[in-house]
Amino acid sequence: MAIIERPSTTQEVVAPATPSSSLGALKRPVATTGWKSWLFTVDHKKLGIMYSAAALFFFIVGGLEAVLIRLQLAAPNGKVLNADLYNQMFTMHATTMVFLFVMPMAAGLANYFIPLQIGARDVAFPRINAFSFWAFLFGGLFLNMSWFLGGAADGGWFMYAPNSGPIYSPSHGIDFWILGLQITGIASLAGAVNLITTVLNMRAPGMKLMRMPIFTWMQLVVQFLLLFAVPVITVALFLLSFQRNFDATFFDVAAGADPLLWQHLFWIFGHPEVYILILPSFGVISEVIPVFSRKPLFGYPFVVFSGAAIGFVGWGVWAHHMFASGLGPVSVAVFSIATMAIAVPTGVKVVNWTMTLWGGKLEFTAAMKFAVGLIVLFTIGGLSGVTHSVAPSDTQQTDTYYIVAHFHYVLFGGAIFGLFSGFYYWWPKVFGKMLNEKLGSWNFWMMVIGMNMTFGPMHILGLQGQPRRMYQWTEARAGEGFFNLGFWNAFASVGSLVLTTGVLLFLINIVITARNGKVAPLDPWNARSLEWMTTNPPKEHNFDSIPTVSHLDEFFHRKYQEDANGQMVQVKTAEQVMKELEDNADAHIHMPSPSYWPIVLAAGLPVITFGLIYSIPIGIVGGIIVLFGAYGWSIEPGTAPDDDFDPPTTTKDVVHVG
Amino acid sequence: MTTDTHTTTEHGMSNAGYVRIALILAAITALEVSTYYVDFGPLFMPALMIMMAIKFVIVVSYFMHLKFDNKLFSWVFYAGLILAIIVYIVALSTFHFFS
Amino acid sequence: MTANTHADEHGALHTSTGLSNNKLGMWLFLGSECLLFGGLISTYMLYRGRVGAGPRPSQVFDIPFTSVSSFVLLMSSLTMVLAVSAAHKGDDRNTYLWITVTALLGATFVGGQVYEFTAFYNEGMGFTTSLFSSSFYVLTGFHGVHVTVGIIMLMSIVGIMKRSKVPGSKAETVEMIGLYWHFVDIVWIIIFTLIYLIPA
Repeated sequence: MAIIERPSTTQEVVAPATPSSSLGALKRPVATTGWKSWLFTVDHKKLGIMYSAAALFFFIVGGLEAVLIRLQLAAPNGKVLNADLYNQMFTMHATTMVFLFVMPMAAGLANYFIPLQIGARDVAFPRINAFSFWAFLFGGLFLNMSWFLGGAADGGWFMYAPNSGPIYSPSHGIDFWILGLQITGIASLAGAVNLITTVLNMRAPGMKLMRMPIFTWMQLVVQFLLLFAVPVITVALFLLSFQRNFDATFFDVAAGADPLLWQHLFWIFGHPEVYILILPSFGVISEVIPVFSRKPLFGYPFVVFSGAAIGFVGWGVWAHHMFASGLGPVSVAVFSIATMAIAVPTGVKVVNWTMTLWGGKLEFTAAMKFAVGLIVLFTIGGLSGVTHSVAPSDTQQTDTYYIVAHFHYVLFGGAIFGLFSGFYYWWPKVFGKMLNEKLGSWNFWMMVIGMNMTFGPMHILGLQGQPRRMYQWTEARAGEGFFNLGFWNAFASVGSLVLTTGVLLFLINIVITARNGKVAPLDPWNARSLEWMTTNPPKEHNFDSIPTVSHLDEFFHRKYQEDANGQMVQVKTAEQVMKELEDNADAHIHMPSPSYWPIVLAAGLPVITFGLIYSIPIGIVGGIIVLFGAYGWSIEPGTAPDDDFDPPTTTKDVVHVG
Repeated sequence: MTTDTHTTTEHGMSNAGYVRIALILAAITALEVSTYYVDFGPLFMPALMIMMAIKFVIVVSYFMHLKFDNKLFSWVFYAGLILAIIVYIVALSTFHFFS
Repeated sequence: MTANTHADEHGALHTSTGLSNNKLGMWLFLGSECLLFGGLISTYMLYRGRVGAGPRPSQVFDIPFTSVSSFVLLMSSLTMVLAVSAAHKGDDRNTYLWITVTALLGATFVGGQVYEFTAFYNEGMGFTTSLFSSSFYVLTGFHGVHVTVGIIMLMSIVGIMKRSKVPGSKAETVEMIGLYWHFVDIVWIIIFTLIYLIPA
């Protein structure tokens, strides 16, 4: 992804000029341009861009894995991959898309936009923020290193016993998988603590909770889910680690263990996880739809509370992933009803979006198209999800392509369409240039057609009994007529190529925009929320003066006021609103200072895990790096002392950020 | 940077108060250990669980200042605790742990 | 620890809630840790009766010994809170003193755990002997690692404070470590009852 270096516009933020007086063990980094400024940055915007860029890279990796899977299944007796490689491919495809694309992409958007949306200049813990990013990146790379070191994980993304044991998976793939996910888990947990604290503590004056933009609200729910769900999978992964590396028998039936323990721990994490994946996208389109309908969001409190309700009820439905495992009738009945119940708050959201569209002056930009696409495709996936809550029917569908169809409609049609909506909506904010709308439209239609061609037929395949994770199918057993598996498999494979073309168009769009995209005006979409009340891209300190918030949709209410007839009429342009902020600009703003320690600390983690797999002494070296990083971190102030800055300032007129 | 002028201990407790709390905790612990030597009959389980909960709440409320601090701290901590208790009890019941 | 909040001359914090970022972050982290230890405890509860050919819990547990080490850890919470109290009063001497005592009590507890593990091992209860032994060692080992991390933090903060290198508020830094330490203590309160006192 092209990372556009941009000069800051009107006001330079002063960096510490005399790092020698830093208290750290190393002199503090001071570069404000070039690669060092990215490596050691603690700026939430730079980190947000790096999060998203890395996530996009993993999206391409995961996408190529998906294409290989579809090529293998395009014709009978597929020869593209052998059975072993096929197992690795679907395991890593899912793991990559869930943990290394959707989650970090949402984290990237959260990083970039939460502080802007709540009127803050940075997050609560800027260095922890940097650490989260580097830990995610190193964890993701560590996970993918397994491809080159004897094969990747091959037990499916939920890694059930006994397939996860050393007997069925003797390579180091699953060890890399476990430890890589532990590292990204640390990143998510640190990110959750950071972002929750940011949302609760760093809001601009007047920014009450019920005036926060929906995207921030949904991210708050997501971060709470991560806070409480990540430790559960941490436990599960530790137990599996001990089983694989130190001969414990936690999931070994022969030793008297309950393999269902893994399933419980995995899905207690795993079900909140699906809401972790979808809620950020719900947040994005709840921003996009009002802007392009020229109406406020219908029933803001309902959208907020239904989001919180989804987050809450999401903890009580995990066992619906285990209906076929013999839980017993009482458990099945309880979880079945809870699963039906969770459809209600989700339905509330769909109604709210539809009502927002109703009677609006709709403007179908690319962002809006993806948002409407989400409503339609997610609803289809949601409905097939409701069919899963009916346990007898689910027992029939378990481990068939019907399940694959369902979760691709909610995750691709839902989560990923929402993210793409966000890309088109926020691109001018982040890079100061407009993505090409015409290409965007092509991008959208190719993706809609491709995704329905790919995943639509999987409903049929699944109901006809094609099991998921089957690496070959044979003509002899493919059936006849309309339900011929061969036809629909080929059809889905063609669809996946259409889908790939759609994504490719987006990448082309990025390149074209970076080269000669239209420079974005100050307020390109006539937007409503605070992140648009600053320059494109925002200055390093976000706002020249911190706005005082008096409305939901503050930016809109500064531009528009009610006239005598109760009509909203424009009273100010975006430029005038900006001018007011600039006139009150704070004189000296000391932003949190760059630091070596986050990347040092994060770099120690994969060294430790590498050592755990291959040789303990290497692990000890990693431990020493982590300790060194932690020590340097703890004696270095987050913001350099005032006398490190040039020109020297008296404490009186300095505004400290963080 | 946070200054030292505003402290939670001001509306917290005196050192003597902390020692008293510690003595109460020690007494409960002694009582807990006594269940190992004396037969409490049907009271055994409930008594142990109650004593455990009391010790837990005392340490959290007084030593960790939760009683004197902002409700938000209690809220985030007990949210995690209660969620953990409910979720894991449900999971254990599916294994017929309690029957 | 990062100190990102600023206080005016009245000591009020400039955050939306008026609360310290560090403290809120720490409480969030501790809320999350409940789910971690909950998972480990549940695993132990599920497997405590599955001893295979190895010893049963009641055959190896030495209740008097563990009672003493539990008491030691409990008292370290008292010394920790006295350290926090001294730190808030700006009384460096007593802060160092109580932190050091806390670390020593913690080290005594960990030492006791090492002794206990060795004794169990000699009685034929290795890590892989049974599901009971594996889940027991994982749970108590995790707790022991938490205590050890706490001891390292306590010793480091004394060293850093003596060189006057604490960025931000000393009292708050000590308070943060204190919260972590007490949390480790309350986890042991639960482990002591559920694992040791209630026979499987």
